[in-house]
Amino acid sequence: MADSTYPIPGSVEATPRRWSQAAILEWLNSWVITVDHKKLGILYMLYAIFFLLVGGAEAIAIRIQLIQPNMHFISPQVFNRLFTMHGTTMVFLVGMTYIFGFANYLIPLMIGARDMAFPRLNAFSFWMTFFGGLLLYYSFIGGGGLFGAGNAPDTMWWAYAPLTERAFSPGHAPDYWALSLIVTGFGTIGASVNVIATAFCMRCKGMTVMRLPLLVWINVVASGLALITITPLTAAQIMLLIDRYLGGHFFDTQAGGSAMIWAHFFWIFGHPEVYVLVLPAFAIASEVIPVFSRKAIFGYPVMVAASVGIAFVSLGVWAHHMFTIGMTSVGNAFFVLSTMLVGIPTSMKIFNWLATMWGGKIRFATPMLFCTAFVVQFLLAGLTGIMLSIAPWNWQLHNSYFVIAHFHYILVGAIVFCIFGGIYYWYPKVTGRMLSEKLGKWHFWLFFIGFHVTFDIMHIPGLLGMPRSIYTYEANRGWGTLNMIVSIGGLIQAIAVLIFAVNLIWSYFKGKEAGNDPWDAWTLEWSTPSPPPAYNFATDPVATSRRPLWDLKHPDDPDWKYE
Amino acid sequence: MSTVAVAHAEAEQPWVLPSKGRVAMFCLIIAESAIFTIFVVAYVYNIGRSLYGPTPSQVLDIPLFNTVCLLSSSLTIWLAERAIEHGKVKVFGLWWALTWVLGAIFLVGTGVEWYKLIYHDGLTISTNLFGTTFYSLVGLHASHVILGLTALLIVLVFTITGHVREEHAERIQVLALYWHFVDAVWIIVFTVVYIIGR
Amino acid sequence: MLAKCLRCVSFSAKSWYVLFAFLSFQTAFADGPQSTPSIFAPTSTPAHEIYDLSLFVLTITGAIFVVVAGLLAFVIFRYRQRGPDDITEPAQIYGSNQVELAWTVIPVLIVVVLFLTTARMIFAIQDAPPPKTALDVTVVGHQFWWEFNYPKLGIHAVNELHVPLSNTETPTPTYLKLLSADVIHSFWVPQLAGKTDLLPNNVNGMWIDPLHTGMYVGQCAQFCGVQHAKMLLRVYVDTPEQFAAWVKNQQQPAVSDESVAAGRHVFETQSCMNCHTIQGTAATGRFGPDLTHLMSRDTLASGAMDNTKENLREWIRHPDTFKEGALMPAMQLNDQQLDQVTAYLATLK
Repeated sequence: MADSTYPIPGSVEATPRRWSQAAILEWLNSWVITVDHKKLGILYMLYAIFFLLVGGAEAIAIRIQLIQPNMHFISPQVFNRLFTMHGTTMVFLVGMTYIFGFANYLIPLMIGARDMAFPRLNAFSFWMTFFGGLLLYYSFIGGGGLFGAGNAPDTMWWAYAPLTERAFSPGHAPDYWALSLIVTGFGTIGASVNVIATAFCMRCKGMTVMRLPLLVWINVVASGLALITITPLTAAQIMLLIDRYLGGHFFDTQAGGSAMIWAHFFWIFGHPEVYVLVLPAFAIASEVIPVFSRKAIFGYPVMVAASVGIAFVSLGVWAHHMFTIGMTSVGNAFFVLSTMLVGIPTSMKIFNWLATMWGGKIRFATPMLFCTAFVVQFLLAGLTGIMLSIAPWNWQLHNSYFVIAHFHYILVGAIVFCIFGGIYYWYPKVTGRMLSEKLGKWHFWLFFIGFHVTFDIMHIPGLLGMPRSIYTYEANRGWGTLNMIVSIGGLIQAIAVLIFAVNLIWSYFKGKEAGNDPWDAWTLEWSTPSPPPAYNFATDPVATSRRPLWDLKHPDDPDWKYE
Repeated sequence: MSTVAVAHAEAEQPWVLPSKGRVAMFCLIIAESAIFTIFVVAYVYNIGRSLYGPTPSQVLDIPLFNTVCLLSSSLTIWLAERAIEHGKVKVFGLWWALTWVLGAIFLVGTGVEWYKLIYHDGLTISTNLFGTTFYSLVGLHASHVILGLTALLIVLVFTITGHVREEHAERIQVLALYWHFVDAVWIIVFTVVYIIGR
Repeated sequence: MLAKCLRCVSFSAKSWYVLFAFLSFQTAFADGPQSTPSIFAPTSTPAHEIYDLSLFVLTITGAIFVVVAGLLAFVIFRYRQRGPDDITEPAQIYGSNQVELAWTVIPVLIVVVLFLTTARMIFAIQDAPPPKTALDVTVVGHQFWWEFNYPKLGIHAVNELHVPLSNTETPTPTYLKLLSADVIHSFWVPQLAGKTDLLPNNVNGMWIDPLHTGMYVGQCAQFCGVQHAKMLLRVYVDTPEQFAAWVKNQQQPAVSDESVAAGRHVFETQSCMNCHTIQGTAATGRFGPDLTHLMSRDTLASGAMDNTKENLREWIRHPDTFKEGALMPAMQLNDQQLDQVTAYLATLK
């Protein structure tokens, strides 16, 4: 960056350069008005990391309340708000934002483009998401004030009607929930449209659709799925607001409305939503694992087909969240089958990652540590998912701590692990400096241990009859020791995440210089300087295969011979 | 280090990419279809479940004139698209204005229908389950008509002030795609509400 | 070094699996009720069938885990980079259709087997026709208590469900019809059956045929508001004699004791009767629990506290002491009224 103060000719002494207020404001302004995909990607990631910490703090408070029976750490009202906000925050403000953080930053770089297809839409989508989150958190200071936790949503992140109808939730908690998520929903739609349009319409020469890096492909599939799945939630929330404010009767059983239909609409959104959250984690793993195994991804076309297959089948499995609600036996059986079927393309992906590592030369740098742990944890989560898909067993396990353990295995064990892996992998590209490997290994091992202590053990109270969403439990149920272990694991994870935050900040100033391609990788983003200039590529690249840089580094054995 | 083109047969062929405006509009249409699907499902599920209050057959008249207007506006917008493709800006302007007028007539007709339902038949969104689902579904569609008309009006103003030329044909076609979608949704809403539901 | 770490980690992952299976199964070697409501200690046919199915599924998933995680452990160890000088690129393998086919076909077969087993059990449990000897109970969920009506016996019980013991030769199951008065609840007593939700406007059903006497615990399993956590369940499985005696007592109208007439007067004039019913008096309120046989129960407020006079008095004075956010308001009674009404209610056996 050029220094712009020149000594005024004829002046007695040159004024030393100082960070003037104007310069700082200009720098801040550049972030607020930016339409550059890289800056927006960073903004999304900072937002996600911030809310990961906030949601994590909510989780720690929950775990302290549950560490022993009959604790009085927080009141039932506050507890109900905390677990609702924890879920809502993690799904919408961390899950939906990390996706677009990685996608926005990486997709144009990976396809040799200068920016996303619609830069201004990109900025609009981020700020809609941002303000939606603010509105959600404003709820804490609305209503009766902070110690009762204000008017924060308190009816679970699923907000089941009729509990959220006016009659049973007279305050404004469901309104904050519905309105803030409608706002972020606009952001999600905009960002998804942008991802799809960019991947199909902005590719550089030679980059056919079957040469797109898997990260791009999988994000396209996730965005397509998001388009179909977010609007049902918006629809249900509009219906809820109509019931609450315009006297509607959608969920009013006194007027003939249905108590079941909210559940159906919510899970028609809710199930594909979790695939929207997890597919980009697959995307990250599919980039990291090949590079650190030193082999091309095994079965690229199958990986693409499996991702598309997962997206399609996931649209038809939603009622496995409702096996106990009273569907017919035929209905239950159908959803058992569809849920098991979605496990097949998913298992194919696990095998493909394994096959990529097979015969490779695996380097266990921090990104690879996280992605390897991801594979085994995702396997376990998939298996507990199969257990939950067995409807009769689900009648016991539904709404118990077994389910919480299962989905945290995915959300933390798969998604958060891949987010960490992805950050360690691409941080050098974004900032030009490597993250500390030493701190990274501390972060990994502490987080891994804490994760397993918490979420392995958490399955057991579920098997022993402990339901979810309870602010306390009876002392003689035999759940006390198990809960204590679970809570301690949570504290270990918190320490690990703090180490991560320290690493992020310290390495920004003191990390080793990264250069263009510190990992010896093969996709186009590694051909740019670190960080890339505003225009990304000085000349438009031409893609010759799925791994353009491999072709350049190995002109005697390029990939295009084998595709 | 930037990548250099490797001498390769593929690099010689023309590199054709789809139009980003069209792709984006398709994506938007998919998202909107999902939201309409949910409201349609809610409507269909609740047919005949109202415990009291006016029923569809009692109060609904088939809005044939409105429907004809709206569906013809798809035809007129198609004609407008063809006109601007060939650079005939004045013809385009006329067909575009006619499209807007037909859409506006539809909207006014809906308003008149709602006036009758509210003040003469006593059917509001809070009267009963039918009222809730009817106004939600038809209202969701009407709000999309309003959005469409607003966009069409902006283009109309630009046309009148002479800013629209042949090279804008593609963008206009993208917008027309949205309008066609709004009409297609009306066909479904009309069938569900006025034919099946009655 | 690192790879060894990883290898031993995945080994211990497998032993975790065994350990936690043991920890859970530990409770499974019990017969009859326990204070820990484990799903692995079934004492009723639906719970038994689910338990058997769960063992089958655990075996299959356990085998899958051992195989795949074992392969992963092998790969991590065998194919790791051996030192910083080991930098030649390995052979690049892009895919293999045969291998892909193989590991698609095997999961499909597993799915077929699992699905057929599961479907059979779904139909067996859900569509089982009730025998003539079945007892019918209607369960109505409220925020935050349970109403149990026995239509053929004319009983309105609250929070503590009494059912007769069943046996395998001549089963006497209890069929529960499930409804809600307000929001969605869920009836879950793990040792007896899987859970089923209670919805307003939609009748669900489930059945149990407990094979051992005793008291089984459970609780509401669908978040229903502030005090969802304390909407506890007790199911008392009685011998035929015990059950008959209980039924007989529940069928009586309220005990009428003149010595507590002052308390009864407080009850009737302080708007208690707007919410509560006491059979044989003018109190016919339906919003709150039926108090006719309040003293026949072991707990108050749906399991929130033991049924003692002190607790009862404190509950009436200030429900939030035990169940913050419960829908019973503090009735603002003075000490004398509290003493009197507690004395009255304490006679309602």
